[in-house]
Amino acid sequence: MVFLLFCHLFPPYSVKKILLLTFLFFGCYSGIVYFFCDNKPDAPDTAAQRGWKVWQDKNCQSCHQFYGLGGYMGPDLTNVASQKGPNYMRGIIEHGTGKMPDFHLTKEEVNDVIAFLSWVDKSGQTQVPDSSVHWTGTYIISHK
Amino acid sequence: MTKTLKFFTAFTLSLLLLTLFFGMIAAFAFLYPEFYNRYLPFYQLRPMHVSAALFWIISGAATGLLFFKKNVFGTKETKSEKAFVWIWVATILTIFGFYSLKKFGGREYWEFPPFLCFPIFIAWIFLMYSFFSGWKKSFKNPPLYVWMWATGLIFFLLTFTEQNLYQIPWFRQSFLREMTIQWKSNGAMVGAWNQMIYGTSLYIMSRLLGDGSIARSKKAYTFYFIGVVNLMINWGHHVYNLPATSFVRHLAYAVSMTEWIVFIAICIDFKNKISQARKYRYLFTHRFIMHAEFWAYLNLGLALMMSIPAINRYTHGTHITVAHAMGATIGINSMILLGSLGYILKIDRLPERNRKLLNVGFLTVAISLLVFWGALVVAGLLKGYREVWLGMTNFQQMMKPVLTTLHVFAFAGIFLFVGMFTIIWNYFVAIKYWKLGKPNMVESTTKYHVKSTMMEVE
Repeated sequence: MVFLLFCHLFPPYSVKKILLLTFLFFGCYSGIVYFFCDNKPDAPDTAAQRGWKVWQDKNCQSCHQFYGLGGYMGPDLTNVASQKGPNYMRGIIEHGTGKMPDFHLTKEEVNDVIAFLSWVDKSGQTQVPDSSVHWTGTYIISHK
Repeated sequence: MTKTLKFFTAFTLSLLLLTLFFGMIAAFAFLYPEFYNRYLPFYQLRPMHVSAALFWIISGAATGLLFFKKNVFGTKETKSEKAFVWIWVATILTIFGFYSLKKFGGREYWEFPPFLCFPIFIAWIFLMYSFFSGWKKSFKNPPLYVWMWATGLIFFLLTFTEQNLYQIPWFRQSFLREMTIQWKSNGAMVGAWNQMIYGTSLYIMSRLLGDGSIARSKKAYTFYFIGVVNLMINWGHHVYNLPATSFVRHLAYAVSMTEWIVFIAICIDFKNKISQARKYRYLFTHRFIMHAEFWAYLNLGLALMMSIPAINRYTHGTHITVAHAMGATIGINSMILLGSLGYILKIDRLPERNRKLLNVGFLTVAISLLVFWGALVVAGLLKGYREVWLGMTNFQQMMKPVLTTLHVFAFAGIFLFVGMFTIIWNYFVAIKYWKLGKPNMVESTTKYHVKSTMMEVE
């Protein structure tokens, strides 16, 4: 409705002005998202950073997800560290499974990936609990 | 049509063919990973499929823009256009070279080594320069489709840059920030190329109608701005379940996915106005765009459901998301692009035998896409039900019935590939006629030609 009113007030020849305002809004909103989307940032250590790079170089996101985002062939790994533990993770990463290939990672790389997954785990829960669903249909999620 | 544009059109169509080819194999690699891991693993096939699809859509949008801007601005081919084409094509080929060597390094949708983003950025600057210099030389009060093209060009550059901000260490100091910005840029980028594609669609409609007023109406402008606002905000549905601050979620939910309404409203207008004779004359162009309208309806329903967080809880991380992506990229974007490229290549003036083949291809695609999409929706519902409703935690157990359903999806994919191959083959035939300097190769016996000729006499 606001936009219908807006466009009624500004005929088509004012498109340039409206677009400029739009770009301004986009810039401001982007800035707000960048700085305020995470109020309690938790920086990764160097091992987790290296593990993140291995994750990208081996294209793990093709099959796995974080917070439901990624490929659907394998399970979501957001909370694998707290749910399965480091030994389970090490076994899978080192040898693969029938479905997951063995990437022949070095011991250091395996440790780095575990450090990365443990860091991701600390960021929150991938499953939204029933109690977080508001009557309006949205979620109210408290930061971990 | 210049040589460069002919080459680029052929390259763009080849990308569509590659998308479907890799997608068809990837579907089976998903179902039988033990076998495919020995030769072509899924983690290698998926980026090939996804990147080919992305580049098909963006290149298709750019092809339409390069061709139609000549008519709109009255400019000739510039050096910057050629620079765009050659850098763009060379980069895409290099990306596939890296994929074939299993060299990755990027993130979702852009899985190639990040340094290759640089030539893509440069190529886009050349495309923008060519477009805006042409605009500057022509007129000051352009129709809406010119604004849409411009919006798409600018926002693609902005979101593509944003997609690469993670190279700056500060952006990786928080996982939630990194994920939010990654999906902010991915989501907004879809809106950016949609602006370019819908702009082309609007241009074709106004040409078919012979009525430029539809591209200057207040209603169209209103919907355009709603589309732009969606582009900037509705990416939030990707990150609903991230425990980041709530304003992203609430705002995205409120704005929702109204962008499709813009397109549908314009299409309905078009459907009411277009004359029967012109419908016959440009039959396939019309059919592709009308088919996109059908898919816009289907996808709108799905998108509206997914935009409600309480429902998104069941659909997020399931194949319903894939169904939504496939419905949008194949059902809407690819159909409009095929309509647009068909208009450029004058496919409705192909000989009768090619038209018959096009008809077979079109029907095969239409039916198989519906089965393909339906199977993905059922697979997604099954996973959502088992994971969220039943609370299953064993992944293999949870996926059992999902994998059974995905067999239907994989086999429908074969028919989809065959149908699209038939269509693309005939588009290549049309390119061949352009090369021979005979773009209007109509056999005098075709009923469409007779009808259109009669209308012209009247």
